[in-house]
Amino acid sequence: MVKIKELPDAELVQGSYACAGCGGILAVRLALKVLGPETVIVTTPSCLLGVTTFYPQLAFKVPCVNVTFPSTAAAVSGVVAGLKRRGKKGVKVVGLAGDGGTVDIGLQALSGALERGDNFIFICYDNEAYMNTGVQRSGATPLGARTTTTPVGSIGRGEERPKKDMLGIVAAHNIPYAATASIGYPQDYLSKVQKAMQVEGPAYLQVLSPCPPGWGYRSDLTVKLARLAVQTGQWPLAEYENGRLTVKEIANPRPLRDYLAPQARFAHLLG
Amino acid sequence: MRAYLNGNEAVAAAVKLARTEVVAAYPITPQSTIVEKIAEYIAAGSMEADYIRVESEHAALAACYGAAVTGTRVFTATSSQGLAYMFEMLHYVSGCRVPMVMAVANRGLAAPWTIWADHQDAVACRDTGWIQLYVETAQEALDTCLQAYKIAAHPEVLTPVMVCLDGYVLSHTEEIVDVPDQEAVDRFLPSYRPEYSVDTQRPYVFGVGAGPDLYSAFKYYQQQAILKAKEVIKEVDREFQAHFQRSYGGLVDLYYCHDASVVLVVMGATAGTAREVVEYLRRQGEAVGLLRLRSFRPFPVEDLRAALSRARVVAVLDRDCSFGYEGVLATEVKAALADLPAQPQVAGFIGGLGGRDISQEELAGIFRHCLEAVRRQDRGEELVVSGGWQK
Repeated sequence: MVKIKELPDAELVQGSYACAGCGGILAVRLALKVLGPETVIVTTPSCLLGVTTFYPQLAFKVPCVNVTFPSTAAAVSGVVAGLKRRGKKGVKVVGLAGDGGTVDIGLQALSGALERGDNFIFICYDNEAYMNTGVQRSGATPLGARTTTTPVGSIGRGEERPKKDMLGIVAAHNIPYAATASIGYPQDYLSKVQKAMQVEGPAYLQVLSPCPPGWGYRSDLTVKLARLAVQTGQWPLAEYENGRLTVKEIANPRPLRDYLAPQARFAHLLG
Repeated sequence: MRAYLNGNEAVAAAVKLARTEVVAAYPITPQSTIVEKIAEYIAAGSMEADYIRVESEHAALAACYGAAVTGTRVFTATSSQGLAYMFEMLHYVSGCRVPMVMAVANRGLAAPWTIWADHQDAVACRDTGWIQLYVETAQEALDTCLQAYKIAAHPEVLTPVMVCLDGYVLSHTEEIVDVPDQEAVDRFLPSYRPEYSVDTQRPYVFGVGAGPDLYSAFKYYQQQAILKAKEVIKEVDREFQAHFQRSYGGLVDLYYCHDASVVLVVMGATAGTAREVVEYLRRQGEAVGLLRLRSFRPFPVEDLRAALSRARVVAVLDRDCSFGYEGVLATEVKAALADLPAQPQVAGFIGGLGGRDISQEELAGIFRHCLEAVRRQDRGEELVVSGGWQK
């Protein structure tokens, strides 16, 4: 288990233009504290690229390779092979993409890289819609959520389909390790990052990363909502290891309303 | 060593001789036997490289990009739909100034579905920022791949190179090829270790974002680099000549152009047929010549003007079409010659689409059609020459 007070003070992503209360940058910042400086980030046009690598403002203190939206995991495979040829051992290659870049347009490349068994970690920071382009729905948008492409009107009631079971899809590739996490539970999240680092072969993490402008809530509620999502059973903390899927039980679930009420994207459901 | 190789085998031999370190590829006809041969080399232990078996062409180029930014020599190959599928990545690789070599076994684009040769696939990628070199023989395919690694990695170029060979006509047709020794290739082509690569001790960002002011600057430098490649392509071809006693004219390959009143401009293997037609017509006393465009990008404006300024008619044979206008090469040749004091008439012909054979008779027909226009002018008429389409 990772101990929060033992995490290094040094920041490996610093000075980004992320919004106040951005769950995504928090997910990346925390993960890098465990991953450490011997890490290469491979990422894609998304909020993350937009707030960290607009020349000359470069916020990463580890190498960062940006690639096209569909291709994060394919570029990861290239970086892994290239570093191997260069004899650079002990460097972790980490693919980072939002939910759109993972579960939708990036799915084919990710499936290819998982199936090839390349040694890498893929972190999906899941804010449940295409936030960088202005809050359009993705395959990871939850049932009922209002987005700019699932608006609420006399007919429209928000997103009509449940969230894609990405963990199930990833697990079906029989990879050594996959898990969901929430930035609201950093010790759990970072322990999973640590486990992902220790396995040989691909590891997948999907971390819930609330988005104040996208979800429509006050920016000081990010961590609280990331916890409420788990406490209300909306975001199961699950792990796939040694071919078995385990889900953390919630002893006394809180009412769903507590999670939905602060968010404008669900306002129409509560009436 | 002399070997009986087709164009694809010649490319694979070059990739091995270049000591390519990472290959990522997805199969497509007629390219596939290139990457099959490379897989065989690796499986047999005669080539030391990582082979990434990707799930698409888009991923192939993304994986090559990832491997190249770590500072390794990479290769991929594709054709037609595969190249079209790579379109997005093509810009990323050239814009990020990542040197790499890709063989394109040229093939028409669907629909109608086709697996046979024309140049539509690569010509449609004209503006992606890649250098495009078109070859005439399997020997030239091998030699140009070796040259291409050197051109791409030149510190003032840093631009990826497509080596284009006509599907089937070159990719699957055997000829005697002189395969250079490994030691000789090593002397010509040193290993690739760029100044900037993925390194945790020096953490760079590859593929940055840029605002409107800086974006223009990045693109300006990209244009300067590919223009610089004109000189470098010639220089590398001369250097290749010194090492291997073979050269290809650099940007353009001229055949009887110096005193020709009619010159045919082509790219690719059609030049082989055209040479025979030129010789045949020359024996009949006709002043005809051939210009084979080897470098489509960068476009050799100066070389074309120098070679064609004395011609009266320039016939351009395109194996592609810019729909709604004309053959792409015809437009480009016209533009290159536009402000010459005595501007030759340029007539565009479109042929050889989707693998359609271009016969000696048809090429002779183009020459005779243009020669006739020249004769009419000699009789005092205005010089007008129409183009045509091989229907």
